[in-house]
Amino acid sequence: MNIQFIETGQVLTIKLKGELDHHSADTARVLIDEKIKNEKYNKLVIDLKGLDFIDSSGIGFVIGRYKVIRKRKGVIEIVNAGKKVRKILDMSGIGKIIKIK
Amino acid sequence: MHNNYVYIRIPSLSVNESFARAAVAAFCSSLNPTMNEISDIKTSVSEAVTNAVVHAYEDEIGEIEIQCRIKGQVVEIIVEDFGCGIADVEKAREPLFTTKPELERSGMGFSVMESFMDELVILSEKDVGTKVILRKKINEKKQKSLNEEIDVSEDEE
Repeated sequence: MNIQFIETGQVLTIKLKGELDHHSADTARVLIDEKIKNEKYNKLVIDLKGLDFIDSSGIGFVIGRYKVIRKRKGVIEIVNAGKKVRKILDMSGIGKIIKIK
Repeated sequence: MHNNYVYIRIPSLSVNESFARAAVAAFCSSLNPTMNEISDIKTSVSEAVTNAVVHAYEDEIGEIEIQCRIKGQVVEIIVEDFGCGIADVEKAREPLFTTKPELERSGMGFSVMESFMDELVILSEKDVGTKVILRKKINEKKQKSLNEEIDVSEDEE
């Protein structure tokens, strides 16, 4: 799992590469929450272009970040999900609370 | 032809989740599955193994045994732990139900296994352990077409 941050004003883009499962989510959670502690970010863009694998632990992880950012009235968006990743996202119904582009 | 099988026994460390799903996927490759079928199997194995890592052994490391068998075109995967067991299996199968929301568990594990595999059986006994049986038929069509391609090329020679 590789995480890359790109800042554009108040928008923080998080590029996730590799596999997002229970094991990697634990590491990613610490890194990302440390970064978004900075309250200037009001929008989180999660870029899944380089993600090869996700399971329900990954969904739990995304919902967790949604809860963090919603507390300060921010928004979250998922972009560039590939076919395999998209299948789980669609199944989870996460699209009802998070915009998937 | 003999039915093929493999047994894998691992400690319930989260780092083994990716190994377990990759190993099962590699074992199933002899059936020449599609990318979609492999992806479904990998995800389901990941869910079952993660459940054992997170829920079976509270604050301790136990063992997880994965048995994988190929019977004709059907792959059977058994993920077994020897931990605390599931108190209410029917409840656990409900979408979005989790006993650990504080750990950001989505409660979707069994729903994923159920929708990605053809069959899901959960056997659990308190303080004995849990056995999750997953079965999926791998479509034969693609293999036939591959054989035909080989036949054609042999004819040409």
